Amino acid sequence: MSRILSYEEKDTWIHRLSGVTKLIFFLLWSITCMISYDTRVLAVMFVLSLIIFAMSKTKWKQVGTVFKFIMFFLCINLIAIFFFSPTQGTKIYGTETPICHLFGNYTLTKEQLFYEANVMLKYLTIIPAVFMFIVTTNPSEFAASMNKVGIHYNIGYSVALALRYIPDVQDDFAKIKHAQEARGIEMSKKASFASRIKNMAAIIFPLVFSSMDRIDIVSNAMELRGFGKNKKRTWYSAKPFKRNDYITLGVVILFTIVAFCITFQDGSRFYNPFV
Amino acid sequence: MKPIIEFKNFSFKYRSQKEATIKDINLAIYPGEKVLIVGPSGSGKSTLAHCINGLVPFAYKGEITGTYTINGQNPHDLGIFGLSKLVGTVLQDTDGQFIGLTVAEDIAFSLENDMVPQPEMFERVAKVAETVEVQSVLGHAPGALSGGQKQRVSMAGVMIDQVDILLFDEPLANLDPATGKRAIELIDQIYRQDKTTVVIIEHRLEDALTCGADRIIVIGDGRIVADMTPDELLPQDILQQEGIREPLYVTALKYAGCKLAKEDHPADIQTMDREGHLAGYKGQVRDWFTQTRVPKTEQEREIILEVKNLDFAYRKDKPVLKDVSFRIHKGEMLSIVGKNGAGKSTLSNLICGFLLPDQGSISLHGEDILERSIKERGESIGLVMQNPNQMISKTMIFEEVALGLQVRGVAPEEIETKVFDTLKICGLYPFRNWPISALSYGQKKRVTIASILVMNPDIIILDEPTAGQDYRHYTEIMEFLKGINKEKGITIVMITHDMHLMLEYTDRALVIAEGQLLADKRPSEVLTDDVLTKKAYLKRTSLYDLAVGCGINPPSDLVDCFIYYERENGRKMEETEPCQEY
Repeated sequence: MSRILSYEEKDTWIHRLSGVTKLIFFLLWSITCMISYDTRVLAVMFVLSLIIFAMSKTKWKQVGTVFKFIMFFLCINLIAIFFFSPTQGTKIYGTETPICHLFGNYTLTKEQLFYEANVMLKYLTIIPAVFMFIVTTNPSEFAASMNKVGIHYNIGYSVALALRYIPDVQDDFAKIKHAQEARGIEMSKKASFASRIKNMAAIIFPLVFSSMDRIDIVSNAMELRGFGKNKKRTWYSAKPFKRNDYITLGVVILFTIVAFCITFQDGSRFYNPFV
Repeated sequence: MKPIIEFKNFSFKYRSQKEATIKDINLAIYPGEKVLIVGPSGSGKSTLAHCINGLVPFAYKGEITGTYTINGQNPHDLGIFGLSKLVGTVLQDTDGQFIGLTVAEDIAFSLENDMVPQPEMFERVAKVAETVEVQSVLGHAPGALSGGQKQRVSMAGVMIDQVDILLFDEPLANLDPATGKRAIELIDQIYRQDKTTVVIIEHRLEDALTCGADRIIVIGDGRIVADMTPDELLPQDILQQEGIREPLYVTALKYAGCKLAKEDHPADIQTMDREGHLAGYKGQVRDWFTQTRVPKTEQEREIILEVKNLDFAYRKDKPVLKDVSFRIHKGEMLSIVGKNGAGKSTLSNLICGFLLPDQGSISLHGEDILERSIKERGESIGLVMQNPNQMISKTMIFEEVALGLQVRGVAPEEIETKVFDTLKICGLYPFRNWPISALSYGQKKRVTIASILVMNPDIIILDEPTAGQDYRHYTEIMEFLKGINKEKGITIVMITHDMHLMLEYTDRALVIAEGQLLADKRPSEVLTDDVLTKKAYLKRTSLYDLAVGCGINPPSDLVDCFIYYERENGRKMEETEPCQEY
């Protein structure tokens, strides 16, 4: 059974890369993508994202639900941008090319459309990278790599531990839900949305309490085995840097520099096709 | 020789408590000894264990008086980390204590914290994995292992530090009987190989004694009540007084009026028999056996639930249940037993409608219920989960018990009468306006049973109703269930690993192994059947050896006699009332 958004072991070159490489790639990729509004750069990154995503052999089943969820918010976001600042495009690109008048003060312009298309492209470029990073990086290796880039292992370990418990909590959730349903608390679509939300409390409560039990046990277990003894620790699952890691890092850094050069070539982070 | 663990006039009081939990402890454990610490829940035995591994006072704060040393050193100077180099602790909850994502990482955890370089870690993990025979699963997630493997992995995780003392906190709690036996054997093997000092805390004395022990320390109400060899302890009545169950054969011998002596080596029935100590008691046991007349109660009862040719699989190539058929009669108390992961829980999930079978039928009162929803089935079949915390969703007792009725739209006045009635049956009426958080574990369990009972189901299914409970709480919960079974005629089905529970409280056992129903017969027959117990990972009862030693055939008759005698003359614990002192 494949779980939503969790690490799955596969044998691809992406999986074999060290967690540090993937973390650095992920950070640089996201930063570039967030800063640049250069359509050409974003378009190239988008295509690359898709290629890398395909190479990681990630299945739709692993990410589908979350993807739809994000798409939903993306749509809301795009509509909201239009309603709250319909002239943002004009402000940025300095021209106004109306397509049609909608209602009141709202006029659809080419600039606005182009601007929002860029926003969407950014989302679409980052999402595959996020998914790929999560499903190809072993959580404990992730902790190890956070530690390597200078973050204290406490933080990395908390994240890894949270990821480690996701499946357990999902199982608990299913168990508790069933037991409560048997008691008559309707969780299926038969109940109205409002009462389903209310009934969720009947699951969340026990879930929180049984999770608290877990936390108590695991923190004792960790302490008894010397967690937190030293300022540093080593990692069983850390992957040493290999040739591919150096190559990847080199390519990524080079790409970032080039992307920034192209983006800021004309002094603005927007690519302007209207002038 | 100098003791490796030494307590002198030692007391400890938790910060949140008024009185000391352990008082005036004088105890010396020597290197290479294997010591069993037994005592009822709340006796302070876990606190004593925490003092040894450093959770007290470093994680659980409180006040210490008196002195104690571990390996001749003062624990305060060592700190919890220093202690962890001397004492390796295997916690009770094997699932909860896994930290690593894979078996290998979990074993390596303490090495990582010690900043051991990676190549050395690989080497040491591989070596210790070989000792406990988990080398083939190093890359797996700990959660995916069997109960026995989990236990081995947690042992490996502490053995990797080459500790001087191994401390086991209720190692048998979550294991099926056969796996538990193997765990005890593994502990014994490590103890012999490495000459490690071993301290085992357990209330399942008979199982823990499988491989013998140098000494048993009995803790009662925070004090050491006895500190002697098993052979010295068993002839006495200390264990019963403290509410710890003796090995069954010892109780049986005592019922028969035999006066045991330590020279008889009562610590092991097989040794007793082999060395001829049993011979002298043979006559007495046979007399007792013939005098106790077990009435035959074979009456035809109405069938309440029928399961026919049930098949289920999550994945086509891996069937979980294959062609399972059985009937449950009205008013029965029935147990479902078998190895961890044999399909017992799947079966209850199918009956409750959480899962749908691939084939077969389930009918209630002769009506097919496969079409019914979870909620509809829940009105006739109630499920009580193992951990009460997994069910309780309200803060007040009344609200929790009323929940099932409320969501079914029952009128408030009717709810009140029904809830109060149920609370009275469950002995919870005095607490009706209490917050649930103020209750003990056993009382919480009652609340969850009450919240099912209030809906007046025909059948209640309980998953491990007594897991982790000591003999007193066990008796309390089981007598209560027996009571509602008798008074309200409710059919009770229990999924359990506890062979005593199955023997003592159920009339029939369904034995499941590898997804198939292996047997459907009296518990006394199941537990005296060598082939069956092996196949289903159960453990043959020691009464079998006693029967064979005394020439009683079939051995299941002696078991029936024992259970009957105990029910009638019961040297049971007095029914414990829920404590009133809050």
